[in-house]
Amino acid sequence: MSQTAPASKPRVALFVTCLVDLHRPTIGFAAIRLLERAGCQVEVPRAQTCCGQPAYNTGDRATTRDLAMGILDAFGGYDYVVVPSGSCGGMLRHHLPHLFDDDPNIKARAEALAAKTYELIGFLTDVMGVTEVQAAYPGTVTYHDSCSGLRELGLKQQPRRLLAGVAGLKLTEMTDPEVCCGFGGTFCVKYPEISVRMVSDKTRDIAATGADTLLAGDLGCLLNMAGRLKREGSPVKVRHVAEVLAGMTNDVPPIGEGRG
Amino acid sequence: MLATSPAFKENATQALANAGLQKALTRTRPQHPAKRAAAVAALPEFEQLRDIGRDIKNHTIAHLDFYLETWAGNVERAGGKVHWCSTADDARAAVLEICNRVNAKTVTKGKSMISEELGINEHLEQHGITPVETDLGEYILQLRHEPPSHIIGPAFHLNREDWEESFRKAHTDLPADRVFHERRDIMSEARNELRAKFLAADVGITGANFLIAETGSSVIVTNEGNGDLTQTLPRVHIVLASIEKMVPTLEDATSLLRLLARSATGQDFSVYTTFSTGIRRPGDLDGPEEYHVVLVDNGRSAMVGTEFQDMLRCIRCSACMNHCPVYFSVGGHSYGWVYPGPMGAVLTPSLIGIDKAGHLPNASTFCGKCESVCPVKIPLPMLMRHWREREFERHLTPKAVRSNLALWAWFARRPGLYRVATRAAAAMLGWMGRRKGRFHSLPLAGGWTDGRDLPAPEGDTFFARYAREQRAGRV
Repeated sequence: MSQTAPASKPRVALFVTCLVDLHRPTIGFAAIRLLERAGCQVEVPRAQTCCGQPAYNTGDRATTRDLAMGILDAFGGYDYVVVPSGSCGGMLRHHLPHLFDDDPNIKARAEALAAKTYELIGFLTDVMGVTEVQAAYPGTVTYHDSCSGLRELGLKQQPRRLLAGVAGLKLTEMTDPEVCCGFGGTFCVKYPEISVRMVSDKTRDIAATGADTLLAGDLGCLLNMAGRLKREGSPVKVRHVAEVLAGMTNDVPPIGEGRG
Repeated sequence: MLATSPAFKENATQALANAGLQKALTRTRPQHPAKRAAAVAALPEFEQLRDIGRDIKNHTIAHLDFYLETWAGNVERAGGKVHWCSTADDARAAVLEICNRVNAKTVTKGKSMISEELGINEHLEQHGITPVETDLGEYILQLRHEPPSHIIGPAFHLNREDWEESFRKAHTDLPADRVFHERRDIMSEARNELRAKFLAADVGITGANFLIAETGSSVIVTNEGNGDLTQTLPRVHIVLASIEKMVPTLEDATSLLRLLARSATGQDFSVYTTFSTGIRRPGDLDGPEEYHVVLVDNGRSAMVGTEFQDMLRCIRCSACMNHCPVYFSVGGHSYGWVYPGPMGAVLTPSLIGIDKAGHLPNASTFCGKCESVCPVKIPLPMLMRHWREREFERHLTPKAVRSNLALWAWFARRPGLYRVATRAAAAMLGWMGRRKGRFHSLPLAGGWTDGRDLPAPEGDTFFARYAREQRAGRV
């Protein structure tokens, strides 16, 4: 892996995210591998559960603040906090400080945490200066830009730059890779008909690319798109971008596919 | 206007099954974003203009009392009259009183969303006065007895065959076998029908895109010129405007005009931009004998000083709904009141109550596209989230959602217990789904699995596997 890394080995805390913990731990291990290859010392604080988005987006500020306090305690002492998700990353980086607008002391801690929190792929390219990865993936992939990563964190070229260096991989773009897939956290079960309509628009766009693999950086969106693709009987394989970049696609079947 | 916002879900179900609506939405969906993108790309200072627009509106709202009084003084000096109306009832009464005083039989109307909000047409009809919509889209909706589904393209939900059908039904004096070759033919027929009505009208009612404090002027923008005929031909011109239309100066208005058409239709400027100041002066070629502004609050001043104040910046360009994947799934009528899309999801609860409009700020994925294209940078997703907070405080959030959230939160606050619970859940689901890797249906997961498979988890949680790897010395 070629890079111009910071001089000393930065101590990076991995914020696993509740979905990765519960559903697809391989993404967490892929993140660890990518971070270590980039020259980071990775630790995984045990006292972590969820970034609080389910409560925050349901209007439950008290619970959101409680969870945020736990995050501040668990993640305060590291050089960086890295998250393999744009939406959880956006939550920590943009929303956490505003939960404490009425408490300057805690707000200062939250701002300090926010300033050192990054989404995984953006961290690798923009902070660690990673330009290439050691990985191979034979196939044509298309990349979905998840909303929070794109609009809250400015992630667009970063994953594409790294994918360009994956041996055998060809990237083909959707007509509109930036339009929402219809996941939206609890939205997908509160308004399932609208959500299914949105994800169906997305799967049509995916199919039109002719790609055999769909990648993205957020597991929530991936579960939604994989779920719809499988329901439609699509052969498109769905994976988190970190699995491909870390060369771990042999460790686990694509999302929504069995071990046979 | 009767709100069907409480039935948003049912409205959406019908909309998704409505082939005509879906055809119209599919056709129009790519149009506005592409045009806006081209207009923005051609103006290097567009992003700076958005900041300027935001600042102009913020300043004005912070000093709204001062600018309203300054403006009202200038309106009166130009021979106009301001009718201060706190409620929709006050505004309807003011309009009717003016129309009755001048013995109005017919009233022509330019396109105005505040008129929809106030239900002016129904009120006039109830009192024996005939309102005539002169915007092409509004005209067709009046023939069809339908409300607008979009704030600048009222007939957004219709297809050309719907227009033709309505025209053949309404204009029975014309040959039944006439052919509409192109859009222009529809337009020409409407023009011919409307010409006599413009000339016969006793009163013309328009909205206002801006009110200008330093001159006492009102401004409208149109692409058809109907607004100008509406406000210059009749003896009496009534402007319906809500208080947040105020801007301090002509220059401020022109800054916002540079944002408006680009954000709305992708035009550099609307075809007609018309400034109206008071009554016809001696020597003027045209202009009304009476110029009234019915200035409407109807809930807006209550937003000042709250977390929803930012919404008062809105210049009604429609960029938010033009880029909204939810709007383009269910169409404007599903939102159930005057204002659809993201701006409606924030404004409607302010005006008719969150108890009625609760679905609107919830029916969003917070994808953030609306905020990214808003010409005055209203943080629409954040404001929708604030409505969800208000609902949660008032226990309006559905009970099942509340109790599920409470149960989840209880565990999420206790990482140790959370590990035990998630480990058991992941292991069970992983085992059940290990062969196929997904579930076609699952108890309690109908919301997900009605239209999608549910991918099965790997089986281990991350933390269980990490602990194992640590014990083995591999991480």
